[in-house]
Amino acid sequence: MITLTHFLVLAAVLFAISVMGIFLNRKNVIILLMAIELMLLAVNFNFIAFSHYLSDTAGQIFVFFILTVAAAESAIGLAILVVLFRNLNTIDVEDLGSLKG
Amino acid sequence: MNWADLHLMPALPEIFLLSALSVILVLDLFVSDARRGITYLLTLLTLAVCAGIQIATSVPYVTTTFSGMFVDDPLADIVKVGMYGFTAIVLVFTRQYMADRGLFKGEYFTLSLFALLGMNVMVSASHFLTLYIGLELLSLALYALIALNRDSTSSTEAAMKFFVLGALSSGLLLYGMSMVYGATGSLDIVQIGKAIQGGSGNTVLLVFGLVFIVAGLSFKLGAVPFHMWVPDVYQGSPTAITLMVGAAPKLAALVFMIRILVQGMGPMVGDWQGMLVIVAVLSMAIGNITAIAQTNIKRMLAYSTISHMGYMLLGLLAGTAQGYSAALFYAFSYVLMTVVGFGILLALSRAGFECERLEDLKGLNGRNSWYALLMLLTMFSMTGIPPLVGFYAKLVVIQAVVDIGMFWLAVFAVLMSLIGAFYYLRVVKHMYFDEVQDTAPIVVRGDAKLVLSLSGLALLVLGVLPQGLLELCLEAMRTSLAAL
Amino acid sequence: MDMKSLYLLIALAPLAGSIIAGLFGWAIGRRAAHVVTILGVAVSAVLSFRVLYGFMSGQAEVFNEPVYTWLTVGGIDYSVGFLVDSLTAMMLVVVTSVSLMVHIYTIGYMHEDPGYQRFFSYISLFTFSMLMLVMSNNFIQLFFGWEAVGLVSYLLIGFWFKRPTAIYANLKAFLVNRVGDFGFLLGIGLVMAYFGGSLDYQAVFAAAPALAGKTIQIIPGVDWSLITVTCLLLFVGAMGKSAQFPLHVWLPDSMEGPTPISALIHAATMVTAGIFMVARMSPLYEMSDVALNFILVIGSITALFMGFLGIVQTDIKRVVAYSTLSQLGYMTVALGVSAYSVAVFHLMTHAFFKALLFLGAGSVIMGMHHDQDMRNMGGLRKYMPITWLTSLLGSLALIGTPFFSGFYSKDSIIEAVQASHLPASGFASFAVIVGVFVTAFYSFRMYFLVFHGKERWMEAKHGHDAHGHDDHDHHHGLGPNDKPHESPWVVTLPLILLAIPSVVIGYLAIEPMLYGDFFKNVIFVNHEAHPVMEELAHEFHSAAGMGMHAFTTAPFWLALAGVVVAWFFYMKAPHIPAKIKQTFAPVNRLLENKYYLDEIYYAVFAKGSRALGTFFWKIGDMLLIDGLFVNGSAKLVGAFSRVTRKLQTGFIYSYATTMIIGVLALVTIWFAPLIIR
Repeated sequence: MITLTHFLVLAAVLFAISVMGIFLNRKNVIILLMAIELMLLAVNFNFIAFSHYLSDTAGQIFVFFILTVAAAESAIGLAILVVLFRNLNTIDVEDLGSLKG
Repeated sequence: MNWADLHLMPALPEIFLLSALSVILVLDLFVSDARRGITYLLTLLTLAVCAGIQIATSVPYVTTTFSGMFVDDPLADIVKVGMYGFTAIVLVFTRQYMADRGLFKGEYFTLSLFALLGMNVMVSASHFLTLYIGLELLSLALYALIALNRDSTSSTEAAMKFFVLGALSSGLLLYGMSMVYGATGSLDIVQIGKAIQGGSGNTVLLVFGLVFIVAGLSFKLGAVPFHMWVPDVYQGSPTAITLMVGAAPKLAALVFMIRILVQGMGPMVGDWQGMLVIVAVLSMAIGNITAIAQTNIKRMLAYSTISHMGYMLLGLLAGTAQGYSAALFYAFSYVLMTVVGFGILLALSRAGFECERLEDLKGLNGRNSWYALLMLLTMFSMTGIPPLVGFYAKLVVIQAVVDIGMFWLAVFAVLMSLIGAFYYLRVVKHMYFDEVQDTAPIVVRGDAKLVLSLSGLALLVLGVLPQGLLELCLEAMRTSLAAL
Repeated sequence: MDMKSLYLLIALAPLAGSIIAGLFGWAIGRRAAHVVTILGVAVSAVLSFRVLYGFMSGQAEVFNEPVYTWLTVGGIDYSVGFLVDSLTAMMLVVVTSVSLMVHIYTIGYMHEDPGYQRFFSYISLFTFSMLMLVMSNNFIQLFFGWEAVGLVSYLLIGFWFKRPTAIYANLKAFLVNRVGDFGFLLGIGLVMAYFGGSLDYQAVFAAAPALAGKTIQIIPGVDWSLITVTCLLLFVGAMGKSAQFPLHVWLPDSMEGPTPISALIHAATMVTAGIFMVARMSPLYEMSDVALNFILVIGSITALFMGFLGIVQTDIKRVVAYSTLSQLGYMTVALGVSAYSVAVFHLMTHAFFKALLFLGAGSVIMGMHHDQDMRNMGGLRKYMPITWLTSLLGSLALIGTPFFSGFYSKDSIIEAVQASHLPASGFASFAVIVGVFVTAFYSFRMYFLVFHGKERWMEAKHGHDAHGHDDHDHHHGLGPNDKPHESPWVVTLPLILLAIPSVVIGYLAIEPMLYGDFFKNVIFVNHEAHPVMEELAHEFHSAAGMGMHAFTTAPFWLALAGVVVAWFFYMKAPHIPAKIKQTFAPVNRLLENKYYLDEIYYAVFAKGSRALGTFFWKIGDMLLIDGLFVNGSAKLVGAFSRVTRKLQTGFIYSYATTMIIGVLALVTIWFAPLIIR
């Protein structure tokens, strides 16, 4: 029997993986975008699981909105990435460090 | 079902804003660069009409629409009117600056208006979905605005950092929301409040969700330890955009926080109060102390913002009507101070020159004593020297924590403000006591000069006569938050 | 004219002058700027005298009314209000008359300065702030005035501050004052929290007796008396403003400012705000013996050791500055032994003679073309007769020569200390008596070095390191062929006008102020617990009698000894031995022997006190307080700042890590109890 807890743990694991992806990744900014996507998916997982076990559709509708916004977010993220590459000729996370202190 | 049943009146300003925004978006395609002033005027007109509608449709009680997902109450009214006003002021200040840098484009106006629409939705949201949509609308517009200067390395770097961290914080917030949803079975703020009040929620899930929500919200405010984006974005963005990011969104973020924490999670005040205490203490300490070592004035003001957010949280965490209205008053006065401070930096910048190092202010009094005086007022106000509005704002938030018996916190806040005074007064010293280094004439458009002067004087006027605004804030809080 | 408008006019006249000179100074010119500000202060001064006359003749009534309510929050009124009683009236006269003298003096002193109008605007603004401070009837206005005078003084010093500016410059003086303000603010906070929720003086004093036994726990488990903690915190504010040890370090530094400022702000008015405040709060302080003892100890340390520091200074203004510190210590001692009226009396006499000394020093500095080093002076008596005579009178008043004003106030303090039964009064009594010798020594060392002896300015080397940075850069010191010259009449007139009260005011005022009804119902003394004033009254017969009696008491002879020692070592000793050797060989041995005796004397007294002074200067002041305490905390904040700066690495992943750590920390803090439960 798969219980709610299983889903929550899976979502938490996905969330943790995505967070790790953000702060362990020192190379490519695209991986950051992927990690962010994964994080939103983990949240979606949570919402759907709760929605199912609560027998309440609102959670699933929320997921649609999150997916839509995530698409828009990726579009903006990639656009910034393109501009960044034009300026720096690199998309290494390590090279993004001129503003500090 | 007919239109009257939809009962769209509470959302009328937003509907108008969206329509006008679409019109401007299309019209701008047919406007040449030389006549961009048309878009500018249309945008200002839109803001004026929005404010007019907002005031005309305001009622002294709570109304809702869109199945209770959108709420219009006095709190939303005064904050929205404030946001229209501040956005308009920012547009007036930034016109010359953007034109000098080839950024005076249609996108600037439409993105600003989209950001404003997002803030409006945040302020009026009464449902996790509308809260999220409003927040994302604001954030996406801001990401794009920061990267508006496409050829600037630092702008794009700032945009990238803000984007990644902003997305992370949105993820944290959503994760927290999903937990609260799971615990209470509802996404509606009011229902959530009732469910928690009734004790039907799972405490572990709720507290877990609350931690993530507080983290996400603190990020939007720029409070420690979720503050790291603030200095980089403030420094990296063009000054005009810094102002856009630093002004009105703080007001929206505060109301956003009040909606979720006070209206939604109000019964858990004991938990979020403790979390906010930690965040506020860290913000006041890190913000004020790190600002001392800064040489870039935009970065210094960024750290100052962080500390101001700490003070603002003092009012919020008090958990009383007085406290919330104190926080709102603080937010208003903070935004006003920011607008004047950055307004002066904008006035001092010119084509090919960015006024952003502390040295750039040296001898300002000798160059233009009026701007020096306005900057002096701003710095004194940020320090919290009477009779300027900043003093008053600090007084009411500190009084709010004293009222709930947190003396040590009040003492700490006072101590930190004394340390903070140092770097504000250093700016004053540079302006008044150092030799002039930059002797280029200061040319500012007449309208910007007028608005800048009026905003600067408002710091003084509101400091001498704070009662009106304060009572407005208190009244708005009392009517809007049913629980109080 | 009703009293309310009269008092409003007193406060607002200088403000009006300040605004006109400040905002329209460029339009109306230099002459109009000083006319209008002097007129404003003169109006205030005349009216203040009228108010004082009213109280002296017993016709005036105490005025205590709000003038304007700023706002009401949480049931507490923040209002501007005036409390005018005899204490206020006396302060009004002191502030406005000294301020008027300084305004007139400034015409001469600043006449070459490009910031002329602004300067007048600022000193008038300062006068306004100070008047608001002394006329306040509530704590919040007191605090406003407190901050305002501090701010104006900070601005005025900064105007002429020419040191190279580093990023951490000024942090020191700034922090010291913040420490004081911090304590003061906390004290006001306690008053607000516990004393019936009002910030009005009368309401607070009325609520105080009921709180006598109340304790609060600042550190859990330790009960502290509420009144004591409140009094101590308020006194910390006074220590900052009135430059009491160890928060005194800012005052000598402030001598970088122009001399009129030193006279007005750093001698006569602002620095006495702390003394005034404690006297005003006498109903509170009378309830706490702990606070009084603390005040007594701090005052004694300041009175004695700051005097020692005065001995080793070579800058003429710094000598006067240390003398001010020491005299402020005397006032604080008087407060500590519950002789509030004596403290206020000394405050008044001191305001006149110290303003006189400062302005005299300023006149000397002008005569010397902005050379402040006393080693380059000497023999100025011939060239600046008015300055010489008035400075002599000021010095005589300072050291407490019988029948001079300083004598009455200082002697009363010494007697009050001797009559006190507080545990700390033993030390205090030692400190104030030794202080008399020290005062006389440094005062007359300065006097002799400046006005008598050899004219040393011809051979003086004018390096640009030794002297201060008074206000001008263009010339420092006299050339080989220059002669010092007497200052213009706008400078000497205030000297003469200040010299008159410096001589006579003590004789005239001691009887009504200390033993009459002047301060009745204004200053509260618990005569059962602290019967000092009664014992003094018992001894006192008349002002003249007190003067005559002085010749038989130790303080007089100690002061005389100080003068003689100073005379000997700065007038006689430097050149006598050489001269004798050449011309009077037969008598040489005799005088040599005498000199030998004097050597011992010198070694014991003068050298000893010099060594002590140097010791306290080097170890106590420079190393411990300046170095460790003040610069240390400044460095600490700076270091902290650099560390927190490092945390902002500039890399996204470290930012994200910080956020995640934040979340994890919150989760841990809030979940540990849940899981354990």
